[in-house]
Amino acid sequence: MTAVINVFLKEGVLDPQGKAAHHALDSLGFDGVADVRIGKQIIIRLDTDDRVEAEAEVKEMCETLLANTVIEDYTIEIN
Amino acid sequence: MQKTLKIAVLRFPGTNCEFDTQYAFEKLGHTTELVWHENETLPTDIDLVVVPGGFSYGDYLRSGSIARFSPVMKAVSVYANDGGKVLGICNGFQILTEAGLLPGALKRNNNLHFISKHQNLCVINNDNAFLNKCEKGEVLNIPIAHADGNYYIDDEGFQKLEDNGQIILRYSDKNGEPVVVNGSVTSIAGVCNEAKNVFGLMPHPERALEAILGSEDGIRMLKGFEA
Repeated sequence: MTAVINVFLKEGVLDPQGKAAHHALDSLGFDGVADVRIGKQIIIRLDTDDRVEAEAEVKEMCETLLANTVIEDYTIEIN
Repeated sequence: MQKTLKIAVLRFPGTNCEFDTQYAFEKLGHTTELVWHENETLPTDIDLVVVPGGFSYGDYLRSGSIARFSPVMKAVSVYANDGGKVLGICNGFQILTEAGLLPGALKRNNNLHFISKHQNLCVINNDNAFLNKCEKGEVLNIPIAHADGNYYIDDEGFQKLEDNGQIILRYSDKNGEPVVVNGSVTSIAGVCNEAKNVFGLMPHPERALEAILGSEDGIRMLKGFEA
């Protein structure tokens, strides 16, 4: 199975990279951009075929290492 | 007679301030020992652990996020939880927040720049094992050099820091008024834990020991551990 993890700064925590990209889009004439958030995507291939087990394992990986939950939220998609 | 301190200076792949840190404490008359990250124990009878600056593990994932899982950091956690003194400078501060030994987190600077310059700092609290030789409200001037120094903590956490005197330094102007340098919450440059034995700061006191190089304010900061 493959886990696709997206890690983003929490709502309310200023995202300086997103803000810079937003500003650049404005400068290039892309009107109507309300907000830009930049995060990172982590793709993990797992040995298991057990979706429940995979989800639990990946959640623990996120909580332990992959996200810093003081400033970041994450989403997990198992395929 | 001034007690000679025995200081452990940690070294991870990518650390680059370990020799400056050794030089600084040895210049003050103390003994230091480099400790490789794979060590599972710290030297015996040490008075202080310093987690120096640099780019441990290339700052991959997040600054400090990989180093915090090094074998030596388990020993540092035990040492700190037992009341041992720990100082994290720059990347060391990032490692200590990632390890949960200090509250908050350090984000990319708001202007996305690597900021490297001398910076004024205001001493906010000095009733601790680190800044006790500095005056409250005193302005120090020492180098900063970081890309991820934007200190973040939520409102509740901030209130605890403030109530318990855990904010030790703020970026300031020459009069001690806070200034925005990297986007840190209320311009925080350094904090300590609730028990006041673990300290972290983004600025580099070990680079401010000689007036001819721009500042010797680092001396009084580091000498605090002699008290």
